[in-house]
Amino acid sequence: MIEVVVQFFRDYPLLWTFVKAVVLASFTLLIPLAVIWVERKVAGFIQSRLGPLHVGPQGTFQTVADALKLLLKEDIVPSGADKRFFYIAPYIAFISTVLSFMVLPFAPGWVALEMNVAVLFVIGVSLFNVVSILMAGWSSNNKYSLLGGLRAVAQLLSYEIPMVLSVLAVVFYTGSLSLTGIVEYQVKHGWLIWQPPIMIAALIYFICALAEINRTPFDLPEAESELVSGFNTEYSGMRFAFFFASEFANNFFITAFAAALFFGGWDGPILPPIVWTFLKVFVMIFVFMWVRWTPPRLRIDQILRFAWQFLVPVSLVNLLFAIVLGVR
Amino acid sequence: MSMPVSPEKQSTLSTVDILSQGMVINVGPQHPSTHGVLRLILTLDGEQILHCEPVIGYLHRGLEKMMERRPYRHNVPFTDRLDYLAALSNNLGICQCIERLGGVEVPERAQYIRVLLMELQRIASHLVFLGTFGTDLGATTMFLYAFRERELVLDLLEECTGARLTYNWIRVGGVPDDLPEGFGEKVLGFVKTFRQRLEEYDQLLTRNRIFRSRTQGIGILPKELALAYGTSGPVIRASGMAYDVRKAAPYEVYDRVEFDVPVHEQGDVWARYLVRMEEMRQSIRIIEQVLRDIPDGPVQTKLPKVFKPPAGIAYSRIESPRGELSFMMVSDGSPNPLRVHIRAPSFVNLSVLPSLLEGTKVADLVAILGSIDVVLGEIDR
Repeated sequence: MIEVVVQFFRDYPLLWTFVKAVVLASFTLLIPLAVIWVERKVAGFIQSRLGPLHVGPQGTFQTVADALKLLLKEDIVPSGADKRFFYIAPYIAFISTVLSFMVLPFAPGWVALEMNVAVLFVIGVSLFNVVSILMAGWSSNNKYSLLGGLRAVAQLLSYEIPMVLSVLAVVFYTGSLSLTGIVEYQVKHGWLIWQPPIMIAALIYFICALAEINRTPFDLPEAESELVSGFNTEYSGMRFAFFFASEFANNFFITAFAAALFFGGWDGPILPPIVWTFLKVFVMIFVFMWVRWTPPRLRIDQILRFAWQFLVPVSLVNLLFAIVLGVR
Repeated sequence: MSMPVSPEKQSTLSTVDILSQGMVINVGPQHPSTHGVLRLILTLDGEQILHCEPVIGYLHRGLEKMMERRPYRHNVPFTDRLDYLAALSNNLGICQCIERLGGVEVPERAQYIRVLLMELQRIASHLVFLGTFGTDLGATTMFLYAFRERELVLDLLEECTGARLTYNWIRVGGVPDDLPEGFGEKVLGFVKTFRQRLEEYDQLLTRNRIFRSRTQGIGILPKELALAYGTSGPVIRASGMAYDVRKAAPYEVYDRVEFDVPVHEQGDVWARYLVRMEEMRQSIRIIEQVLRDIPDGPVQTKLPKVFKPPAGIAYSRIESPRGELSFMMVSDGSPNPLRVHIRAPSFVNLSVLPSLLEGTKVADLVAILGSIDVVLGEIDR
């Protein structure tokens, strides 16, 4: 039966692409529901409270209810806002996330678009996120949003560099720019996390990932206590939901990307590959949440100093080692 | 200039005009980190604060004037609404002032009970500081931990006074009723848990490097400036001045209990945080001594139905969790006070804020304001 369906789509490639796009976009919209629920439960656990409990078993449908609420809310555009940018910013953020999901291998063959420069592509499209945040901050006609937007750009650009350098270490080590290629290399030669230069690269990647998805201690762009949630202050309803969804989908993506780069992607014994991917992703997401709910946040100058004076030099030296050791 | 110019208008302006001005930003009175209805008008250069102008008065109720129209003892409930995080301290402040005015003696047991309640109140108030300070810096978990313990204190106070926020429990001439049965054991039980929890807070915040880098060397208040502004409480003790009314002018039975006054020299946010953490430990010490030494006896002095103190002026001061809280009352021999004045510690402490903020970052604003720990109910009265 399944073969028949697959064969049908194989015969009409354009339709097949369309189906893949729809599935991917829905996945990007739905995965935040799961991640947010997990986040709430983990936060509750850490803060010695229960978290959502009443909507559905163990509060599983709380996020669904919240999403529905956002759907029904009035779409407010602040007076004096730069409307074009204000309208388009959340969608750019969301599209950049969907695009990065496009090249992510979930299991052997489970990839929407097999691309031989997937790593480069991911780095490229993830920068759209920065653009959307700046657009949102600028066009809101709100000084808090503007400050949040400016902070976000300074932070995200600074951390993009050590992040790319640490990813490059993997690329040089495996000699492949394709995510599937990198995972297959690891299936053959063992997980890259056990290789010394990659171990450091993974650590740098982890720190930068925290900054990239705006999590404590790097949650400055949306510092609730001083900026009242920063660049997305003026957004409501679905536009806000798109920002929120793209943030949590990004959270999922950045860990899935790390799983593919450092932890062997779908590689693992007994369980099917897709389960392994999700297992690795959710363990890492848990660590992210653990960090988020424990320390306070840093100040913008401390964050930038840390990136430029520590992470960039260390990742550069590390890259050198990776190149030397990776040459065969 | 208020806003960055939108692209349409930009073409008509020269770039020189845009670059030369600071951005004026309005923080509060509805802002999560101003701890009430405080409004700050900030002039910013990027993230740098050039100038800060606090605006107060959003919570003004004219309490001092209202007090002139009521008999002395009817004024005690008003004081609950001053520093609503330490209502018992305010109750004690006004009662002490009235007692001085009328020459009322307070039974010994009542004095011990007052000290016990004061210290429980201090712990509750400092826990609110700790929780909100954590949230201000982004450590949201601290908020829930601190309020979990504050709940225990509030339960104790509720059992004793019947209320959780506005207690109205201290009376002129003592306290209205004795402690409930078995109260001492419950307090000791709380003290035991709280000791461990303080250790937990140290692990979560005090030893955290990010927390230290956010607080150390920020918002330094030099000793001279602290003295010149007349600050008191943890704010001045963190600037190297060992001034505590409980030691300087002991009231109730504070001269009979042993405790230390924590002092730090640095005068930064970090020092103010440490002083408050240490004060909670000292409060525990006082509570334990009070429960050990508390004598039996009456808890209230009989007073006439219509209380008319002789003409004169009385001034009393106590160490509230926020600093030196003073009441001044003038009597003309009638049942109502002629004039009441309240010296609120938060009001005086807040006055140093503009000089602390100049040249700091926006992110430090919440840390510095949080470390001064103001309550707007007391500032606006």
